[in-house]
Amino acid sequence: MKCDHCDKPAVVHEVVIKGGITTEVHLCMEHAAAKGYQVPNAPVTQLLAQFVGQLPAVQISARREPAAQARCPSCGLAFAEFRQSGVLGCPGCYEAFMPQLGAVIERAQAGAVHHVGRTPKHLEGMADRVAMRQRLLHELDAAVAAEQYERAASLRDQLQGLGEAADGAKS
Amino acid sequence: MRLREESSAVQVGPESDVVVSSRIRLARNVAGFPFVGRSTDSQRNEVMHMVTSAPLGKSFAQGLAWVNMAQTSPIERQLLVERHLISRHFADSTLPRTVGVDSDETLSVMVNEEDHLRIQTIMPGFCLPQAFERARQFDLSLENAVDFAFSSRWGYLTACPTNVGCGVRVGVMLHLPGLRYTGEMERVKRAAKDMHLAMRGFYGEGTEAVGNLYQVSNQLTLGFGEDDLLRSFTEQTVPQLVDYERSARRMLAESNRPLLEDKVHRATATLRAARLLGSEEATKLLANVRLGICMQMIRDVSLELVQRLLLQVQPAHLARIDSAATDEDKGRIARATLVRRALGG
Repeated sequence: MKCDHCDKPAVVHEVVIKGGITTEVHLCMEHAAAKGYQVPNAPVTQLLAQFVGQLPAVQISARREPAAQARCPSCGLAFAEFRQSGVLGCPGCYEAFMPQLGAVIERAQAGAVHHVGRTPKHLEGMADRVAMRQRLLHELDAAVAAEQYERAASLRDQLQGLGEAADGAKS
Repeated sequence: MRLREESSAVQVGPESDVVVSSRIRLARNVAGFPFVGRSTDSQRNEVMHMVTSAPLGKSFAQGLAWVNMAQTSPIERQLLVERHLISRHFADSTLPRTVGVDSDETLSVMVNEEDHLRIQTIMPGFCLPQAFERARQFDLSLENAVDFAFSSRWGYLTACPTNVGCGVRVGVMLHLPGLRYTGEMERVKRAAKDMHLAMRGFYGEGTEAVGNLYQVSNQLTLGFGEDDLLRSFTEQTVPQLVDYERSARRMLAESNRPLLEDKVHRATATLRAARLLGSEEATKLLANVRLGICMQMIRDVSLELVQRLLLQVQPAHLARIDSAATDEDKGRIARATLVRRALGG
């Protein structure tokens, strides 16, 4: 696909659904840089995260380049320190360093990206909502892959409806 | 610090000809605190207090004996390492830390290792389900008193993402001389790597497989349940390795019996005659005697005795028997004397 502003191949793709209106943005490396996208080869997960409204568009570029500068707001650990030591600073780092940390985990854990083992007793009440959330995420992946954006928007709304509790973090 | 005279590690359990011991380790962190490396000493002490004062329920009615590591001597810490009750990393750390050990030394709980909690069980022979059940009992007991850091996406949150998920390591210590002497070990290591299994030496990561003793454990902790992991080890991984090792021993006995007999009898004779013995040499030789017993080439020495000696020849255990043995040269003499007498040399 070509860039919206020139004939070069687009390396940044954005789909924003706001008020039921779908807007697509496709940019080459230069135009992406000019608009503040710092990393052209953004992982699909970032685009997906933006698509489901988990990250405001304005934060996307910041999250694409967390590496050296990004710090966990809970413990102050820099992502660069983690890259050096392999050890995180606190449970909050898991959220703070996404999605890059997700890719690290995926590599280290042979492609696994979800916990499927037991849940501590004090969080067991959430188990159904967690299962539902995972099912919706899978369906959302499939809908995006099939370019079924209306269905994806509906799934996103359902995900948001499940609320923060389904994230289930006790950190 | 009070420890049993005899560690459970010297006992002999199921499939002991190949499986020396079974081990489970759970990694857990207390919610609301930074991980150990990023905590202040005050937070580390608070976690220690929370864990050591938590009511544990009926399964642990006698409680655990907690040993504050700051109050132990280097030789005592080495003793705990030799019994596999603590890790080398934990022994060498200077942070506030403590270890709890149950009365039969099958369960140990390190507080403030890389994670706030490393719950570990070790049992003789091939008995992973029992070891897992004991570790799970402690995990559940503590869970009633302490909230663990957990996310529905990533599971139990750990300092190192290689432990995230179920946070469980299932492991066995295997004696694999057959595979080594038939030249199959490299193939086994490659297969283990493909199966995402770690094969490490006698004392874990970065250590040599002295005496052909290997620790085999899972590398992956995310994307499957604890029970699935346990089942795959109990029903597939370990039985396959045991069969493979036994086949190698049989093959060796048929195709190159003199080599096998030489290794076994030379080791036995050396141990019965030596006047000076280093701990590594003693371990290697005792491991070959162990092989000889399991292959019924040696009938006047029991497997239990060799298991006990394998522990007693380690530096801290030797020093416990003979206090002069802390000196290296005197230790070599004391070790040779101990083994020679035990084997009737």
